[in-house]
Amino acid sequence: MTTPKAPAKKLSLKENYALLTRDLGWKPSYQTEDALFPAVKFEGIKIHDWDKWEDPFRLTMDAYWKYQGEKERKLYAIIDAFQQNNGQFNVSDARYLQALKLFINGVIGLEYSAHRGFNIVGREFPGVGTRIAAQMQAIDELRHAQTQIHALSHYNKYFAGMAEFPHQFDRTWYLSIPKSFFEDAITSGPFEYIIAICFSFEYVLTNLVFMPWMSGAAYNGDMSTVSFGFSAQSDEARHMTLGIEVIKFLLEQDPANVTIVQGWIDKWFWRGYRLLTLIAAMMDYMLPKRVMSWSEAWDIYFEQNGGALFADLARYGIRMPKHWEVTVKEKGHVSHQLWSTFYQFRHAAGFPVWLPTPEEMDWMSLKYPETFDKYYRPRYEHWAELERQGKPFVNATLPQLCQTCQWPLLFTEADDPTEICYREGSYLGEKFHFCSDGCKDIFSKEPEKFVHAHLPVHQIYQGNYFNAGVNPTAPDFNPLVEALKYMGINPGVDGGDFAGHIDAMNWELWTKRPANMHAPTTPNTAPERKSA
Amino acid sequence: MSVNAIRPGYHGDMKDTIEKFHGNQLINIGWDKHLMYATPVCIPVPPQMPFGALLQQVLPTIYGQHPDFEKIDWSVAIWSLGGEPFTPALDKSIADNGITHKASMRLRTPGLDGLAGVGF
Amino acid sequence: MSHSTQPVFIALQANNDTMPIVEAILADNPHAVAHEYPAMVKIDAPGRLVVKRESVEERLGREFDLRELQINLISLSGSLDETEDEFILQWNAA
Repeated sequence: MTTPKAPAKKLSLKENYALLTRDLGWKPSYQTEDALFPAVKFEGIKIHDWDKWEDPFRLTMDAYWKYQGEKERKLYAIIDAFQQNNGQFNVSDARYLQALKLFINGVIGLEYSAHRGFNIVGREFPGVGTRIAAQMQAIDELRHAQTQIHALSHYNKYFAGMAEFPHQFDRTWYLSIPKSFFEDAITSGPFEYIIAICFSFEYVLTNLVFMPWMSGAAYNGDMSTVSFGFSAQSDEARHMTLGIEVIKFLLEQDPANVTIVQGWIDKWFWRGYRLLTLIAAMMDYMLPKRVMSWSEAWDIYFEQNGGALFADLARYGIRMPKHWEVTVKEKGHVSHQLWSTFYQFRHAAGFPVWLPTPEEMDWMSLKYPETFDKYYRPRYEHWAELERQGKPFVNATLPQLCQTCQWPLLFTEADDPTEICYREGSYLGEKFHFCSDGCKDIFSKEPEKFVHAHLPVHQIYQGNYFNAGVNPTAPDFNPLVEALKYMGINPGVDGGDFAGHIDAMNWELWTKRPANMHAPTTPNTAPERKSA
Repeated sequence: MSVNAIRPGYHGDMKDTIEKFHGNQLINIGWDKHLMYATPVCIPVPPQMPFGALLQQVLPTIYGQHPDFEKIDWSVAIWSLGGEPFTPALDKSIADNGITHKASMRLRTPGLDGLAGVGF
Repeated sequence: MSHSTQPVFIALQANNDTMPIVEAILADNPHAVAHEYPAMVKIDAPGRLVVKRESVEERLGREFDLRELQINLISLSGSLDETEDEFILQWNAA
């Protein structure tokens, strides 16, 4: 009779992890490390021991597939139910749908860029733990792009302005803001990329995209988006821990890294903050049922949480990002300044725009006691009066853009909200303009990189913004109309005034509910839509 | 300072040099204290266009909807160019006024300071 | 290493799976406070927060792998340390 064997000792989480990750790496025997990893030295970052990298989540591929698979099953079950039950009609009103257009046209492209970026760094880093984390994140980001497309595609069957998201992302004037953000990141070296995206974007700032907005989606009855959002956010928690691990690893490896990392934190905090102005306007203006104001969200997720984070990093010699005080001074202004911009350029947008109603303005008075009634209520009341008179206000030209962040110069001086913030620089005899000290600083450090920024307004004036097969010398050539088509926007249909827009009219036809829940008695007196 | 690049001497091509604008140049114009126009504007103009034509023909199409515009006395309007005080010669061209490609100009009209007391 | 009191948090989807997890966290972390938002529960604590597998299992009525938190996790702040038994978030002071 054989002696019964003792049951095999179960591997601890750490042991299992080591076998399935670190032990899959190897030392090259017939190529040098430098030949295998040619991109890791030029940024000046010094790494002495890649094995000091601590994998925060200790996720092995078997656990990854298992839990990701479970998330997918849950998510697609909800998407199915949403589609089968006409969930698109359960959102609070048809204005909410316009926020989804910013998402589909502006964010999916970012996820795909991130996928590419993590694939790149997943190859470029010598450390096995870092490579595995990057490879998992590359798959996560592709998953995010795909799940967003699926979650939002159903809306595309019913509403305008969603069908051309790849074109819009690449070409639309206000979407060059997110596009250039990520292209700046993926054309940087691997260490800058990982500080830019993992730390600055996915740790410091990501809460401002997902948490208030996904709560807003839930509050406004958008089952599809909120399910996507929470499903993605569980991946984001892993990304965030990667971000905090990366920064500590770099700072602990060599004191010479501190200055370099601080420079990247300064740059990417500012670029990420500017990008988030889109979220500010969405939170304050595009959620019919509002959860919190941009000002409140910035206070919670940056001033408090970010403050705690930087207090923790102080022991490495890292300080708060440059110009952070400006973001606090601006928090009572940026959303209103952007909405004013979208309003006056609504004929060139891929979505319709509207003025806030008295009820909504009262919410803003409450949330912005120092700024709204003084600076912004008068604007909306003036423009509403012009609409009532049949003389709606329109800005018929194109805006001046910032060379770095590519926003129009819509931001005011931090200490004077009645003066636009102008900053100018010159380089090799050419002039360049910026919306802020933050953006000017970024350009000044890397002018060679930013001089070939693709600024949509300048491209239009260079005559580059029309589709193949269009004749720009033809007598009926309309440059604005052709530019809109080139951008993937349907002229005279996708943008313009919300009242009378095809989404608003269809919404009321299909649901028998007001397209604007705050203005339910507004008669549809919009004039017959003129052809473009 | 200079970009840190993997290949020494990296330099992007200047995307917006003047010869790319088909005989025009760009100018950027902002009317201070008139935030009804939420941003300064960017427009292409022929460098040979007289400055006076900018005031008479172009600016009304941009700013005409503001109640202050028709009240502007151009003889006392204050201009800056690239942040420096500037006195345009109305009969000279844009180029001869020293307004180079991509210049940024700001207009101030003291006494006409926008609506609502907040520069709108 | 001494312990800071800067806030840490964990945010979870509000659903039937997370109710026992939230209960366990509040039981094990007397200084923690739960805030309810649409579809989300955010638990804040000064300096340190721990999720204990055993506490969750007691309330869930089955075995629980702390890695299952991945499915319902929304966000967190603080440095993370993870073993089979505990999922710890904390800030370390200088």
